[in-house]
Amino acid sequence: MKKKRKQRRVIPGFGLSLGITVTLLSLIVVIPLCSLVVFSSQLSFSEFISTVTSPRVLASYRVSFQTALVAALINAVVGLMIAWVLVRYQFPGKRIMDGLIEVPFALPTAVAGISLTHMTVDSGWVGSIFHKFGIEVAYTRIGITIALVFIGIPFVVRSVQPVLEKLDPQYEEAASMLGAGRTYSFFRIILPEIFPALVAGFTMAFARSLGEYGSVVFIAGNTPFETEITPLLIMSQLQEYDYASATSIALVMLAAAFLILFVNAVLQSRASKIVSGIG
Amino acid sequence: MEKNYYVELKGVNKSFGSFQASKDISFGIEKGKLIGLLGPSGSGKTTILRMLAGLETADSGDIIIDGTVVNDVPASKRGIGFVFQNYALFRYLTVYENIAFGLKVQKWPKEKIRARVEEMLRLVGLEDTAKRYPNQLSGGQRQRIAFARALAPQPQLLLLDEPFAAVDAKVRQELRSWLREMISAVGVTSIFVTHDQDEAIEVADEIIITNEGRIEQIGTPKDIYRQPDTPFVAQFIGQSSIVEDFRRFAGFEHAGSGATRAAVRPEYISVSKQGELLKFPVNTETGVVERTAFRGSEIELTIRVKDTLLTAKRLLDDAPVSVGETVHVFIYRIYAFDNEKAYVIENAALTSPDSIVI
Repeated sequence: MKKKRKQRRVIPGFGLSLGITVTLLSLIVVIPLCSLVVFSSQLSFSEFISTVTSPRVLASYRVSFQTALVAALINAVVGLMIAWVLVRYQFPGKRIMDGLIEVPFALPTAVAGISLTHMTVDSGWVGSIFHKFGIEVAYTRIGITIALVFIGIPFVVRSVQPVLEKLDPQYEEAASMLGAGRTYSFFRIILPEIFPALVAGFTMAFARSLGEYGSVVFIAGNTPFETEITPLLIMSQLQEYDYASATSIALVMLAAAFLILFVNAVLQSRASKIVSGIG
Repeated sequence: MEKNYYVELKGVNKSFGSFQASKDISFGIEKGKLIGLLGPSGSGKTTILRMLAGLETADSGDIIIDGTVVNDVPASKRGIGFVFQNYALFRYLTVYENIAFGLKVQKWPKEKIRARVEEMLRLVGLEDTAKRYPNQLSGGQRQRIAFARALAPQPQLLLLDEPFAAVDAKVRQELRSWLREMISAVGVTSIFVTHDQDEAIEVADEIIITNEGRIEQIGTPKDIYRQPDTPFVAQFIGQSSIVEDFRRFAGFEHAGSGATRAAVRPEYISVSKQGELLKFPVNTETGVVERTAFRGSEIELTIRVKDTLLTAKRLLDDAPVSVGETVHVFIYRIYAFDNEKAYVIENAALTSPDSIVI
């Protein structure tokens, strides 16, 4: 009998690092998520359905998804522009601008919420301008969207920026040698190159916006059926010690988040297949 | 009257910061020719190509294509085909879409685009790759597609930047003759950049040699090889040994011109073992073999003759020569040069009437 020779890996520590990874992932991500399912299972299936489809809850989904989607779309466009400016042009204060991108990450979300609210109420210095045109910002969905744009922008900028930096200028040169103008080569050549990163940034911003609580509650006004977001509804269920309802709604949000991330993963793997030349 | 040039550069200068990449470049190219821009890296050959393409702007001087000064015409409006060193095929477009790109930009009707792309694919012999993505192709195939993409919009001028640098040696050999045939079949005026003299000599109709931002010599491969004009070309072309005082060698004692240094190429040295029949007994030197190296089809010898190391070659079939052996060395021809010019000098035994040929 031939004994199978043990394959040795060149990079050491595979077993140990994988073990730590799996343990931490379980403790931090998987177990808390499972507890959601356990808590929700206190309700029967019909009770679960009626809880997660009650009119007030349905209205909150609409508010949450609508504002998060609009905010993520705005972020995709604006974030791409910011990344473009930071990569392609040289100007004084570029470093400072680059550093400012992360501020929404570092700031406690409640602080962002309070200052945004203060600015956008009718008497605030931005709100007063809009007020003249009859547009209310604070305590409306516009206000929620603004808060979500604020917290989502770093996701898009930071995913697009490195890809744009690595983009070989030869692609654009090749396009221009073939007669393409700047706009045409941006949409046909550059955009496809950064599209996977843009989608990744968009989905992260979208997923984050769906769950955002701290910065939104102040600016939203929280009128049921109008400006009440789903995370706030979960919070209020918890305050009434209705854990089962709270976790049921949370489970729906979790499913939505999974779906978004799954779509992202599919798009990413399609792009990487084209680039790696497999399949 | 000067010739009717298709492409012409007149006194072109270009600097990148304090580095002067092109110094007073002037040359002309006739329609339909295949030109090799040859020079060591950093000699400014790629800069010339990029200025022609419109990817760099010359600081001064004129670039004329087909009778029009194109200094201010942007790259996208010059109608020049360009093959990039790494091909720069668009990764997210299929082979078909890559070749169709330039035609779509020019708003060709769909049917004509299809016909042209198919024609190009047939031309490069890759009909079955239309639906693939560039990363599913081999290096040689990518090169062909890059070539097809550049030629699809029917440019009058084709520029190629180190077209063979990114493929392996075997494929490179194939591609060279393929490209040569392809360009003469299409009949497009072409300029390619290379640092490989074999490539330039084999492929080009005419070679432009650049060094330190200047043009050293322009001529056919044969001219460049046999009649180097400048000290740089004499040393750069061929596998030259540099000799400090060539008049020490028999047959060159009375050579005219003030030059003292010379380049000696292995193909102009004949090495015979002692006892072998000598073609030219007059003016034959003796030397000691210091090193032998197997080069596949031939043996490369390093021989010390009068305190100078010369590189010579012998065929595999010739009687073997070993290190330390004393051999007869006859030098047919040298390229003497001073600081400005190079001169061809033949061994006196070949030109004087009293030489005895046995």
